[in-house]
Amino acid sequence: MPTDTTCTAETRAMPKQGDLTLHKRVGDALSQRSRWKGAEVLFWLVLGASFLLLPERHLLLSEIVILGLFAFSLDLILGFAGIVSLGHGAFFGLGAYVAGLTAIHLTGEPLTGLVLAGMAAALLGLLTGPLLLLRASDLTRLMVTLGVAMLLLETVNKLSWLTGGADGLTGVVIEPIFGWFEFDLWGTTAFGYTLVVTFILFMIARRVVNSPYGLSLRAIRDNALRARSMGIPVGQRILSIYTFSAFIAGVSGALLTQTTMFVSLDVLAFHRSADVLLMLVLGGVGYLYGGLLGAIALKLMQDWFSAITPQYWMFWIGLVLLVIVLIGRERIDAAPRVFWARITGGAKP
Amino acid sequence: MQRRSFLIGVLAAPTVLTAMPVWAQAEPFRVGLILPMTGPFASTGRQIEAAVRLYMAQHGDEVAGRKIEVILRDDASVADTTKRHAQELIVHEKVHALAGFGLTPLALATAPLSTQAKIPTVVMAAATSSITEASPYIVRTSYTTPQVTSKIAEWAWGDGVRRVVTLVSDYGPGINSEATFIKVFSQAGGQVVESLRVPLANPDFAPFLQRVADQKPDAVFVFVPSGVGAPFMKQFVERGLDKSGVRLLADGGVTDDDILNGMGDPARVAITGFHYSAAHESAENKAFVEAFSAANNGSRPNFMAVGGYDGMHVLYAALKKTAGDSDGTALIGAVKGLSWISPRGPISIDPETRDIIQNVYMRRVERVGDQFWNVEFQTFEAVKDPAKSGG
Amino acid sequence: MLTIVIDGFAYGMSLFVMASGLALTLGLMNFVNLAHGAFAMLGGYVTALSMNRLGMPFLATLPLAFLVSAIVGALAERTLYARFYRRSHLDQVLFSIALLFISMAAADWLVGPQQQLITLPEWLQSRFEVAGVAIGRYRAFVILICAALVVTLQLVLGHTRFGARLRAAVDNQRAARGLGINVGGIFAVTFAFGSGLAGLGGALGIELMGLDPSFPLKILVYVLIVVTVGGTTTLTGPFIAALIIGVADVAGKYYLPELGAFLIYFMMIVLLILRPQGLLAPAR
Repeated sequence: MPTDTTCTAETRAMPKQGDLTLHKRVGDALSQRSRWKGAEVLFWLVLGASFLLLPERHLLLSEIVILGLFAFSLDLILGFAGIVSLGHGAFFGLGAYVAGLTAIHLTGEPLTGLVLAGMAAALLGLLTGPLLLLRASDLTRLMVTLGVAMLLLETVNKLSWLTGGADGLTGVVIEPIFGWFEFDLWGTTAFGYTLVVTFILFMIARRVVNSPYGLSLRAIRDNALRARSMGIPVGQRILSIYTFSAFIAGVSGALLTQTTMFVSLDVLAFHRSADVLLMLVLGGVGYLYGGLLGAIALKLMQDWFSAITPQYWMFWIGLVLLVIVLIGRERIDAAPRVFWARITGGAKP
Repeated sequence: MQRRSFLIGVLAAPTVLTAMPVWAQAEPFRVGLILPMTGPFASTGRQIEAAVRLYMAQHGDEVAGRKIEVILRDDASVADTTKRHAQELIVHEKVHALAGFGLTPLALATAPLSTQAKIPTVVMAAATSSITEASPYIVRTSYTTPQVTSKIAEWAWGDGVRRVVTLVSDYGPGINSEATFIKVFSQAGGQVVESLRVPLANPDFAPFLQRVADQKPDAVFVFVPSGVGAPFMKQFVERGLDKSGVRLLADGGVTDDDILNGMGDPARVAITGFHYSAAHESAENKAFVEAFSAANNGSRPNFMAVGGYDGMHVLYAALKKTAGDSDGTALIGAVKGLSWISPRGPISIDPETRDIIQNVYMRRVERVGDQFWNVEFQTFEAVKDPAKSGG
Repeated sequence: MLTIVIDGFAYGMSLFVMASGLALTLGLMNFVNLAHGAFAMLGGYVTALSMNRLGMPFLATLPLAFLVSAIVGALAERTLYARFYRRSHLDQVLFSIALLFISMAAADWLVGPQQQLITLPEWLQSRFEVAGVAIGRYRAFVILICAALVVTLQLVLGHTRFGARLRAAVDNQRAARGLGINVGGIFAVTFAFGSGLAGLGGALGIELMGLDPSFPLKILVYVLIVVTVGGTTTLTGPFIAALIIGVADVAGKYYLPELGAFLIYFMMIVLLILRPQGLLAPAR
């Protein structure tokens, strides 16, 4: 996708003022992007409304939101910095275990666990980030991230005296949030908790992405060499966004542990990284909502099919995915617009 | 504020109504069956589901005036999915009992829910000792690895085996089994010269078998999940280890009835200890195996199936004992001390631990016609789970 | 411990046979085909089912496994894969994952979730001694077959017109097209051949790795490791990578069994750090 770095004759002709004009244009474009669009507001309203309107599905919704958070953290590096990773599950899993261990050994207060988990994951991101800076193809990066995730899995398995190994950590008791909202059987507190945390982190990420820093990331994604020659510190930027993304992934893992009060080796399994990549690709990369939408779509599909045919739901999901990808996501995205245009009598969209 | 409490009231009303004791017509007794129907342990789920259906077909779907309804859910062996399904089944579908649980972490994850919601939970497959201690509402109809392994170790010592190498898969039950074998065998005076752990993911046993060969032990004790047993056995025989005098002792899951026929002659080197063999000689078992085969395209039931079959029996018997009262505490109380003849032999539920007490048999693989069977040649009677009974 | 090395070789070779198809499609068509394992699984099932249900002898099922996978591959390529050549990598990933799900569930439905077991013919069982080193017959057999395959592949690539065209298309597709080379046709044949190879690898792997509907996922990681570490510009790269991985995995588990699966991932990362473009890739 080409970056929009137009430079018209106007701006070239007036050097000093041209700089100012270009600067202003970019500033305007950025603030345009960061303005809230109608669709966004609608999305969050609907999500919030589901809290009240779907009281029976709070458990499923809570899981969807956690996955959505995880998926959108992957979008930060995939969609905005162009880093392909099959090992994001490492941060998710690390966050999950840190939250569990915190609850058992330190304190059952959920927010402490959340922050510690995020920081632990961020630390891991910082440490393994330099591996991404190898001069290598996407495939290499994919496998390196995967390797790191698998190494973490093996390590956690070996440390079974601490982590409970394959049997998992039991006895994870989470105190009520702010001493007030207790985690109930219906999953209401869980859903509210995950929704609020996701919203806050999303807002932060949104600000980050629609800033000059975010622009530089997009430049790196599109052409790292050119970005470097423009003076953008590519290595630094990649490391920082990777760390930030790892933090969020760690938080999502912690949320899972805290809402289910259990953590087992499964959080580090390969299928976590693969599922989240699938969700993100399904929803679309590069606009932050792809992860959330993909998580909603895939999880709802899985739940629906799995209830109908507990044995062969994978087949139907595969079929639906195949159809979606054959039709092409661009066409599906454009469909509402086309439909709307047709209804309004072919008026210019 | 008012509107909100009104809304909550409207939503809460149906919940309150259904919680009230029903006097008009007996409510169906709903059982939430959570099994791994997909993923690497799918065969566990299939066997148990088939056995549950068979039990209901044979014994009818009504007990003490209440209709039994089974709601099946797939958890693909992922613990948080199991927990979510359990929670949804309790809150949404309002089940009166939970059953299934293909692996230990799945059962452990659900335990707190069983306690909180006071729902009797029947563990039909998972085999770690600590599971029944995780909640006072859990009862087990499968087996525990220490139960079986301790007897294998005892038998081995009795049969003159003195030096052993243990080889287990690196996951919960495997490690459990290794620990039990070492404990019991060493206590008897034997020596475990080496303990090897094989990663679950890659079943190429070459390097591990080589190490076994290097040690030249009297026997190698093996615990691997069913399905992995076949390649193991083949490689064991291929390396000529059986001819070099190393005996193969294993947990019965290695010669799983489900796939035993496909293993061929190499399986005959194995001596296994287990709680169920499809070749068990009793009228109940014969009937069970025949009915199962007839209903499932000629396939053989295995230990998972019998765990599911007996699990349903526990629910039916308990409900009969409470005369249809599905209150969780009453039901779990009724479960304690139940005893009956299962296709595997006589079994009972320990009233103190809610764990299963059953016979453990030593078996050899023998060929009868063109089929292979685990033929029992020695019985250890009424074995309790040693981890709890301190034995 | 030569036996261990030979065991590792055999394992590595069977990995290579499965991975070679992926290396070809990735290197040539730049297509991320995560469903490659599904063709390996298909070949495995063809062998298992023909042996167990039709009573065919093992050797006869091998070319059958190759053919069936190749034909299915060719069909899939023409009808489905071809639509995705111009699409983004992410769309290709989505597509291949969809295929993977469908094929795994289909295998489960058609044959069932349990392990497929085969009984090798007498002459392939047990071991024989060569200069005091015990070698499993089946492993020796696998090594021989794979070696023959590698030699054939090298010959075809290096000494035939088709091979020359293929290499040209890999190096520079546009120029090749400009020269009049029928790149589309080469794609089709290569894909079919690669799928056939995968099927053969799956058939050979039953004894070494087992076979059930989750097989494609199990080997996906290993195959990706081989292809990434080996590089996609040559075929020798993945071959050497497969051997290294095979031997390292087996030897590692023998000498340091506490490490388990740790070693293989660690080695992969180290190798990728040292040679990020692949083992034999020309320096860029």
